[in-house]
Amino acid sequence: MEHYNMNLNLKVWRQRNTQAKGSFETYQVKNISSEMSFLEMIDVLNEELIAEGKDPIAFDHDCREGICGMCSLYIDGRPHGPWEQNTTCQLHMRAYKDGDTITIEPWRAGAFPVLKDLMVDRSAFDRIIQAGGFISVNTGNAVDANALPIEKDKADASFAAAACIGCGACVAACKNSSAMLFTSAKVTQLALLPQGAPERKSRALNMIAQMDKEGFGACTNTGACEAVCPKGISLTNIARLNQEYLGAALTAN
Amino acid sequence: MTWKQAFTSSIGKKLVMGLTGLFLIVFLIVHVGINACIFADLNVAVWPFDPSDDGAIFNRAAHFMGSTILIRILEVGLFAGIILHIVQGLMLEASNRSKRTQGYAVPLAGRGSKWYSRAMGLLGTLIMIFLILHLAHFWVKARITGSDDMPEVAGMHDMFNLMKVTFSELWVVIVYVLACISLAYHLLHGFQSAFRTLGVHNNKWMTIVQSVGVGYSIIVPLLFALMPIAMYLGWVG
Amino acid sequence: MLNAKIPAGPLDKKWTSYKSTCKLVNPANKRKLEIVVVGTGLAGASAAAALGELGYKVKAFCFQDSPRRAHSIAAQGGINAAKNYQNDGDSVYRLFYDTIKGGDYRAREGNVHRLAEVSGAIIDQCVAQGVPFAREYGGLLSNRSFGGTQVQRTFYAAGQTGQQLLLGAYSALERQVALGNVTMYNRHEMLDVVVVDGKARGIIARDLVSGKLERHFGHAVLLCSGGYGNVFYLSTNAMGSNVTAAWKAHRKGAFFGNPCFTQIHPTCIPVSGDHQSKLTLMSESLRNDGRIWVPKKQNDARKAADIPEEERDYYLERRYPAFGNLVPRDVASRAAKERCDAGYGVGSSKQAVFLDYADAIKRYGKIEAGKKGLDHVSEDEIIAMGKEVVKEKYGNLFDMYEKITGENPYETPMRIYPAVHYTMGGLWVDYELMTNVPGLYALGEANFSDHGANRLGASALMQGLADGYFVIPYTLGNYLADDIHTKPLPQDHPAFVEAEKAVADRIQQLMSIKGTKTVESFHKRLGKIMWDKCGMARSEEGLKQAIAEIQQLKKEFWSDVKIPGEINELNPELDKANRVADFIELGELMCVDALNRNESCGGHFREESQTPEGEALRDDANYMYVAAWEYKGDHQWTLHKEALEYEVVKPSQRSYK
Repeated sequence: MEHYNMNLNLKVWRQRNTQAKGSFETYQVKNISSEMSFLEMIDVLNEELIAEGKDPIAFDHDCREGICGMCSLYIDGRPHGPWEQNTTCQLHMRAYKDGDTITIEPWRAGAFPVLKDLMVDRSAFDRIIQAGGFISVNTGNAVDANALPIEKDKADASFAAAACIGCGACVAACKNSSAMLFTSAKVTQLALLPQGAPERKSRALNMIAQMDKEGFGACTNTGACEAVCPKGISLTNIARLNQEYLGAALTAN
Repeated sequence: MTWKQAFTSSIGKKLVMGLTGLFLIVFLIVHVGINACIFADLNVAVWPFDPSDDGAIFNRAAHFMGSTILIRILEVGLFAGIILHIVQGLMLEASNRSKRTQGYAVPLAGRGSKWYSRAMGLLGTLIMIFLILHLAHFWVKARITGSDDMPEVAGMHDMFNLMKVTFSELWVVIVYVLACISLAYHLLHGFQSAFRTLGVHNNKWMTIVQSVGVGYSIIVPLLFALMPIAMYLGWVG
Repeated sequence: MLNAKIPAGPLDKKWTSYKSTCKLVNPANKRKLEIVVVGTGLAGASAAAALGELGYKVKAFCFQDSPRRAHSIAAQGGINAAKNYQNDGDSVYRLFYDTIKGGDYRAREGNVHRLAEVSGAIIDQCVAQGVPFAREYGGLLSNRSFGGTQVQRTFYAAGQTGQQLLLGAYSALERQVALGNVTMYNRHEMLDVVVVDGKARGIIARDLVSGKLERHFGHAVLLCSGGYGNVFYLSTNAMGSNVTAAWKAHRKGAFFGNPCFTQIHPTCIPVSGDHQSKLTLMSESLRNDGRIWVPKKQNDARKAADIPEEERDYYLERRYPAFGNLVPRDVASRAAKERCDAGYGVGSSKQAVFLDYADAIKRYGKIEAGKKGLDHVSEDEIIAMGKEVVKEKYGNLFDMYEKITGENPYETPMRIYPAVHYTMGGLWVDYELMTNVPGLYALGEANFSDHGANRLGASALMQGLADGYFVIPYTLGNYLADDIHTKPLPQDHPAFVEAEKAVADRIQQLMSIKGTKTVESFHKRLGKIMWDKCGMARSEEGLKQAIAEIQQLKKEFWSDVKIPGEINELNPELDKANRVADFIELGELMCVDALNRNESCGGHFREESQTPEGEALRDDANYMYVAAWEYKGDHQWTLHKEALEYEVVKPSQRSYK
């Protein structure tokens, strides 16, 4: 792959803290290699800002290999940037050319308040999991792992749903700021497994109740979440969650 | 879990939208079926068209709908369904919009979803405004005020004539056609979305739902739109 | 000599007899006992969950925004367990033996046997939690072989085993949070251990959002804070992975065990330039089918496709005919470095070797053609079919490679180079996972215990979960049973006040330097020293230089670092400065340890100790011990030795020829 260097204009959302009013700032970065990752490009800018005595841009990141789900960024109007099924940390600068202007915003949703600049608080996702995203099995209680065979198709579908990294891109992309794709991925993963059966009803009901309480919107099946999901979590999961929920709501006392 | 909780959660509200939506979809089939009787009067002498029908079949069907007690009771349900669909829809739209107070400088727009999926609130509002006009044109006259444009013929209101008169105005025809386009897009999303909300997740069935949904969303609004056009252009009546 | 408190009796009865005789805490008392868990990866999340289930009052801390981000999530390949589901002769003993041998006879028999014993229960527990492991068509669990073992004992979930296991442990943890047994502190970093009367009694933590310091009491403190590979700046660790918690414990008296034992993983994506912030690992499983080579000619600038077969040097197959491309990680890594240092490296940096799938694609293509009963198929068709097979097996890895490098690995060979991946060293712990500071425990990668000088593939996940789910619930009770009368220390206890003041002073000191160089620049310089002189090959001369350079770097850091922003706000640069300051001190200790250990074993290769053919040469007579270092003040350490006694396994020199 031939590499090249480029100069870019960045329009970045700056916000001192949750209470502060934020605004866009414009920065120029020079001699960015096409082999850099997007976050490395921000690293370069931050080093320059520190050298100039300015506050560097705060953004969430950790594993930088597309699996921890910590990185976010709404880049030119799309969560995780222009590439399909990709996280921001895996976006590389060869996606851009010299002279491009890139607008970088934080995830925007009432349930994800901005902490600083591009960092948001996604602890609402933890609380949704706390409401029922688990199987209640105390350590040491388990039967032999092969005691319950699981239909391969179901195991595979469960795995596909379990691939969710909890980054919140689905919420960021949804016009309703709904967390249905995230919630449905966990409900689907556990609903497809026999181990998850005993808590199926309460799980769906409680997780949705928590999701509503956190201030996420309702799903209107637009499909934006699926389109931007870095792990390709399918919209089908939402329909399954609807089924799980309705089945539970109509039969639970 | 009480009934109230079941229907007021985010999924519960969607269930209300989906169920009322499907009910209205069924109603539209009846509506379009009966109204399509006007085409019996199409100005060609080929079976099943009879240029001398003058709306007789249509008027009989309309009379049946208006004079049958069971239908009249269902009509109450229909109005309840429409009102529920509209009120719930507007409330959901307002609530969903309130979840993101600070918007994006660059929107995702069409890169993740279809414009009409995002514009259900707008499309629905347009249809609602049309509906008021539509009710004033026909339902109010037929049920409450009466009108000189629908004289009694053989013991039945001549609704056919009322349609002819109403659709003789060009602006009315244009408004009706625009409403049908709004309806088509509203259905294009709403049809399949309702099934998803009801929990249809099997890909095989979803394929059928989607195909039927697209067919329905094109055929039904097209038939409706043809009615004012046909009358205005004199193809029928 | 250090006492590891390994229970008496035959090896395979030690853990059973320990469990049957250890002291217990009754449920009413558990409710009164508070436990601090630092770190929420596999070890921390599983420990916090298991202890919460038992009824202890647990407080768990992680620096990320959620426990689910911990870097255990990035483990790809799988988790070992001696289930013998494949009927291929596996057993607890074999897993134990492979781990001891793989660790080049520098691990404790007692700990490793216990690890093998509980391995099966881990799989049971994870399946019960809903971890979607790969399955066969009959619905039963699938296994693969990994890291050159002779049995198929590795359980996996595509290339995302770590993710699925962590999410399982995370869900168990969140369940305990919901039940009120665990309080979770996200975006918090532990900055000191509070020690009272010689016992660990809590921590000072910093809320990374507000910048405020907090005091948290605990009857015991569990450090599950992972490894310290980021001391090299470039590693496969997450950006936030750090040694700070372990280092603070070390400075408060906990010994650091075998700090120089570092695993350099052979199959990583090479560095592309100075901007590089981290390295990405590609699963070891790629070596099952790929062939590794470099050109026979030095400084060959031709494209891979233009280099004919006879001008390629498949150096692993040449040097190690018996194991070929499947030699253990340490051996493969060193061989790649040797070729590149000798001028045979490829790519623009010349610090890379080729990992070639062309042969595998053809081989699989032919097998496919055979399966389909096709006789006259063209070369192109065979290649197309082969690519499909490779895609199914390794597709996610190939995609990842293409995203990062922009090259299509189905068409051109991948470029790989070794990178720092795991640290076998860590806080010294005894059989009960307790450091030499009573009440202070270390679990998972943060301790030194189970992998000796080299970790086998698919064993890190096993160890993290073993420690958290199945070891600490017993061993912690044994300690706390004597502590039930201890009342929680009040927040204003002098020990808390003093510890918090020390932390606050240090932060204040960092912020007031207001120098000219960024934290990142110091970290990069430290990483370069470590990689060049304490990396894949180490020498007395180099290590001595490194120690001097690091001491100099430390001085410079504390007089010229520039940290923007304020203390009482979200300030990632300050967080980083805190960590890099500790990495600098750790780097020196690693070099001190590497200098002391004048033998080659596992990941530690001393140039002075090699066979005439250039292979690692162990020195059992002089170095069969754990080096546990006690902190004695700036640049001062005292060495304590724990002798390694092999009662069951007979150490031998590893050979892969």
